[in-house]
Parts: sequence; structure tokens; C-alpha cells
Amino acid sequence: MNKYKANIKITLREGILDVQGKTVEHALHSIGFESMSAVRIGKFVTLEIKAESETAATYQIENACKQIIANPIIEDYSIEITKAE
Amino acid sequence: MKFGIVVFPGSNCDHDAYHAASVNAGFGAQYLWHKDTLIPDDIDCIILPGGFSYGDYLRCGAVAQFSPLMKEVKKFGESGKYVVGICNGFQILTETGMLPGALLKNENLNFICKDTNLKVISNDSAFTSAYNKGDIINIPIAHGEGNYYADDDTLKMLEDENLIVFKYSSPDGIIEKQYNPNGSVNNIAGIISKKGNILGMMPHPERYSDTQLGCDDGISIFKSIARSLS
Repeated sequence: MNKYKANIKITLREGILDVQGKTVEHALHSIGFESMSAVRIGKFVTLEIKAESETAATYQIENACKQIIANPIIEDYSIEITKAE
Repeated sequence: MKFGIVVFPGSNCDHDAYHAASVNAGFGAQYLWHKDTLIPDDIDCIILPGGFSYGDYLRCGAVAQFSPLMKEVKKFGESGKYVVGICNGFQILTETGMLPGALLKNENLNFICKDTNLKVISNDSAFTSAYNKGDIINIPIAHGEGNYYADDDTLKMLEDENLIVFKYSSPDGIIEKQYNPNGSVNNIAGIISKKGNILGMMPHPERYSDTQLGCDDGISIFKSIARSLS
């Protein structure tokens, strides 16, 4: 068994209005960062997992994302896996 | 007629729902602990009450769906028996997939606690038969994430199959953006499942089921359910 570390990034799906992102964008503009746009806010989850291989680890994390970590109706997610020390 | 009210860690409208179902509407009611693995045989309708189950960690309703009793609630719903999700309960129902769509943060990012006018879009359901179609009822909301979202296909299905039961409206029934408190698509406040046995709504009928609290417009939901069982 190997140990892996996963970074999971969750954001609202494209096309869904991100009201938090919009609010932060307005705040950025109001303090002089007018050149910034398309602000979107998400969640960041890290976890460790024991698995036979990186493929096996990714498979399990994908399943976890679909079942609980993200809500696929409104959220997209991306997984980044590295081998833990 | 007996209601079973599920109590999750963080539920805070369970007692209101119990009071509305028993004292106000005059039916049987019983609390069901979320760790139970059995729904008693005499329960006719499950209520998933409002509150902040599991602290709303990760997403509202995301963790509650994995409580042991929720497995039974899913089976209960699949068998055609009645399930009502109010506020956090509605969020749990969408997270489990028992109802379509999802609840996003309110468009203005505020937690909104106020009375709202709801138009009864359909009284052709087990939950709204004691109202008249087009009735305007006063029911309070209290949520930070009640902005109903569904993709275009789902929305069309909900409209075509008459599954939207309540929409936010003006006091005289006008359904426009300005009367929409939270940004919900098409002003949707409550929907039912395809089979018609599961209701999810963000407003709190149990809080307005007692004239001593100023209004009892919500009590007809409890009465409708009993009527459809008799």
C-alpha cells in the first residue's frame, strides 16, 4: 500500500452565478483593482489516502467527490494527487 | 395519521414541526432519532425539519443524507409514502437526489428571516389539496441558502409536469423578480417529486400554523396530507 495526498478543488459550475465571487469582484474594483474580473470562489479539500496505485487512489477519490465532497448538480471539481512521504 | 419528525444534530425546527402537527393540526407525532435504523410502521409521513444539520458543514444537507435513518427515509419515499422537507429538510432532499435541483446561497448573500407571500401554483397534490389554486398564503422564510437552482431541462420538466406547488409572489399574486427574496429560479419556493409523494419547500409552514403566532396559513399542508390518507 502506498500513501497519497490529494488536493481537491471545488468550484461552482460555469454558468452558475457565483454571488460571493461577484461581491469580491466589486470590492476589488472599489479599492482600485479595476483590471481584475471573473472572480470565482470555491472550496479546497485536502486528504490522505492509502491505495495500491495512483490510479486506484484517484478512482476512490472520484467516487467520494461524486457522493459527498462535491454536488455535481452545481459544482465542478478537480483532483491533484501526489505520493506522500 | 401520524407524523415522524427526524431529529438530526443541529435540527432546530423539530419542536415547531411537532407542535404544528400535533397541537395545531391535531394529528399524532413522534420524534425519530437520526441514528435509528427503523421507521415505526404507524408513521404515515416523515418530516425532515429545518435547522443546521451537522452544522451545515461542507454543504447544507450534505452530511445529513448519510445518517442511518436517511437510508430508511429514502426507502420510505421510494415506496410512495409521504416525505416533507422544510428548509434544511429541502436541502437534504436535494442532496440525496429525492428531489431534483439544489439550493445555492441567497442572491444577496444575506441570511433572510421574514414573512413571504407564496402563491399556490398547484393544489393538485397530497400537500396542497386543502388550499385553492391561486391562493396567496403568508409563510416565513429563514435561510441563507434557499436560492433554488435547476438546469433548464429539469426546470421544464417541473413546469410541464405541474411539480411546482409554491412560488414567491406579491400579496396579490404577481410573480416577478422583485417579489423573489433569494434569487430562486422562476421564483420557486416549493416542489414535489414526480410521484407526488415528496414535498420540499424553503418557507416554514410549521412556524405559521398557530393563530397565537399571528398566522396559521401553514396548517393546511398538514391537513392536506391527512386528507389524502383518508
